Amino acid sequence: MINLAWRDIRHAWSKFLFTGAGLGLLIGATMTMAGVYRGMVDDAKVLLDNSGSDLWVVQQGTLGPYAEPSSLYDDTWRSIRTVPGVERAANATYLTMQVRKGNADVRAMVVGTSTVSYGDPGQPGYLVAGRQITRGHYEAVADMATRFSLGDSIQIRRKQYTVVGLTRRMVSSSGDPMVFIPLKDAQEAQFLKDNDAILQQRRRTALNPAFNPPGQPKLLDAVISSQSTNPYVNAVLVQLKPGQNHGKVADEIKRWKHLQVYTRAEMEQILIGKLIATSARQIGMFMVILMVVSAAIVAFIIYTLTMGKIREIAVLKLIGTRNKTIVAMILQQALGLGLIGFIAGKLVATLWAPIFPKYVLLEPGDALRGLLAVIVICSLSSVIAIRAALKVDPAEAIGG
Amino acid sequence: MAENTGIRITDLRKQYGSGESVVEALKGVDLQVVPGEVVGLIGPSGSGKSTLLKCLGAVIEPTSGQMALRSELIYDGSWLVSDLRALRRDKIGFVFQAPYLIPFLDVIDNIALVPMLAGVSNTESRNRAMELLEALDVGHRAKAFPSQLSGGEQQRVSIARALVNRPPVVLADEPTAPLDSERALSVIRMLNQMAVQYQAAVIVVTHDEKIIPTFKRIYRIRDGRTVEEAGEGRLC
Ligand SMILES: Nc1ncnc2c1ncn2[C@@H]1O[C@H](COP(=O)(O)OP(=O)(O)OP(=O)(O)O)[C@@H](O)[C@H]1O
Ligand SMILES: [Mg+2]
Repeated sequence: MINLAWRDIRHAWSKFLFTGAGLGLLIGATMTMAGVYRGMVDDAKVLLDNSGSDLWVVQQGTLGPYAEPSSLYDDTWRSIRTVPGVERAANATYLTMQVRKGNADVRAMVVGTSTVSYGDPGQPGYLVAGRQITRGHYEAVADMATRFSLGDSIQIRRKQYTVVGLTRRMVSSSGDPMVFIPLKDAQEAQFLKDNDAILQQRRRTALNPAFNPPGQPKLLDAVISSQSTNPYVNAVLVQLKPGQNHGKVADEIKRWKHLQVYTRAEMEQILIGKLIATSARQIGMFMVILMVVSAAIVAFIIYTLTMGKIREIAVLKLIGTRNKTIVAMILQQALGLGLIGFIAGKLVATLWAPIFPKYVLLEPGDALRGLLAVIVICSLSSVIAIRAALKVDPAEAIGG
Repeated sequence: MAENTGIRITDLRKQYGSGESVVEALKGVDLQVVPGEVVGLIGPSGSGKSTLLKCLGAVIEPTSGQMALRSELIYDGSWLVSDLRALRRDKIGFVFQAPYLIPFLDVIDNIALVPMLAGVSNTESRNRAMELLEALDVGHRAKAFPSQLSGGEQQRVSIARALVNRPPVVLADEPTAPLDSERALSVIRMLNQMAVQYQAAVIVVTHDEKIIPTFKRIYRIRDGRTVEEAGEGRLC
């Protein structure tokens, strides 16, 4: 028996190929959407993995440090280090901002990291080039995605830093590359005012009789110096000794210090469940829209192709073709179109993923689910055409 | 198998609709075509020619009467055959006003499709198709697509399609309408030749003055009733 669907596709291959390619762009966009979501989840996990910590200690009542602002005194880590089970504890600050190099700037997450001892949580783990930060000031380790290179001089706020090391895939949960700088510098960067503002503040403080009472000149100096330092950090990252029950140690710190403590699993829940949830819903909505559009296109094309063959279908029925054969022809054409679209879509998604400004993670499992969705959508979309074909009366072939 | 008596229709009636709006399209048609014979069916517009062809072609159900193909009664007040689709496929060949070939199949497969639908192997189906194409003088176009053929060639291919399952009955509805007189005559000549060769009973519905003189026998249908007439039988 001849496969009618295949013969029709072969005969009108250019029509099928172009339609399939158009459909493929839509499918490719849908796959990329899924890839962007997977990339965001992966970025979040990488962010947590790369921090090298087991517990995140943040300000009470906050979801910090990534999802909400959080501030702790920068000496909190010392007391946390004494909690049983804790191996290391280190301060960390996070601030997403523009980092300048010459006239250009790059959006980056500036991470203030402990330089107390090598291997503290929060430090950039693995370097692809260069070395770790060794001085307490003005050195930076940047992610390759910033396109900075070793020896570059970059500007964060008003200070210049030299890039001494490079990392790979160190990104924030929104995909911005990280730039690591010493903690003290980062605290200053978070807090630093410009010179005019400092002068202004000094003047206002001096005019306030409460801070500048007559006969106590040292009080004004003390107030001003306290105003121009930043004793806060965003989080304390805690590494536990091997074999510890993370939840137990977390409870211990919570009870003892009145701080919020998150385990790795809770942190992941916050990042994926809260921080990227809105983006995920947007992506989901986009995917639904793209799928509906794809379905409409397949339905329209298959319907048009079928209506163009109504006479032939009437003749086929008249000469004794089973309905089954006609249904199979239409269904196979819809699936063929879907398959061409899927292959084209996979191809374009793979081609444009690397140049996408966000990390796009194309998972084979998603491709498989995509293929299943294409099959289901194409089958459903051909229903209208199939109904039209089944309604054709073989008597129509004979005419009036 | 019983003796092949071709087509025999007795007192066939067909009403469209019911009640007030009833149309009596056939009011007792009697008609007989023997194997190897080509008869003309002529009559004014609305006289019931297409209706008769549709009843005989088993695509609409008559209201009453009898129809027999090859001495097998297929209709006697109701269908006596359970699978009308198979009846059409195996017993009846159709030729239409336009060829209605399948545009995406080449010529040989347009024809071979019909035996394939009946379960004949692909090779055997294509052999039969080729044999017919050569008999109809279009063998050299076997690998062409319908759109690449002339109108006359297309109509010959559609005749080959009608005959490929060796049906005892061939029904042709205005088969020469789009053709000039020479091509029209050649189509009729081929139908006659095939009718003899395959012992098929052929009915040709036509308005076409050019071909009316070729029939030996004509049924004139008027007002839903048939009158048999002798034709000129000039098949030059
Ligand atoms: N489906 C239908 N429903 C109702 N009436 C119909 C139907 N089909 C045909 N008729 C009527 O039956 C009569 C015969 O129609 P038919 O199509 O058989 O004529 P015809 O001889 O083929 O005419 P023509 O030469 O114009 O093709 C006409 O009066 C027509 O209006
Ligand atoms: Mg008619």
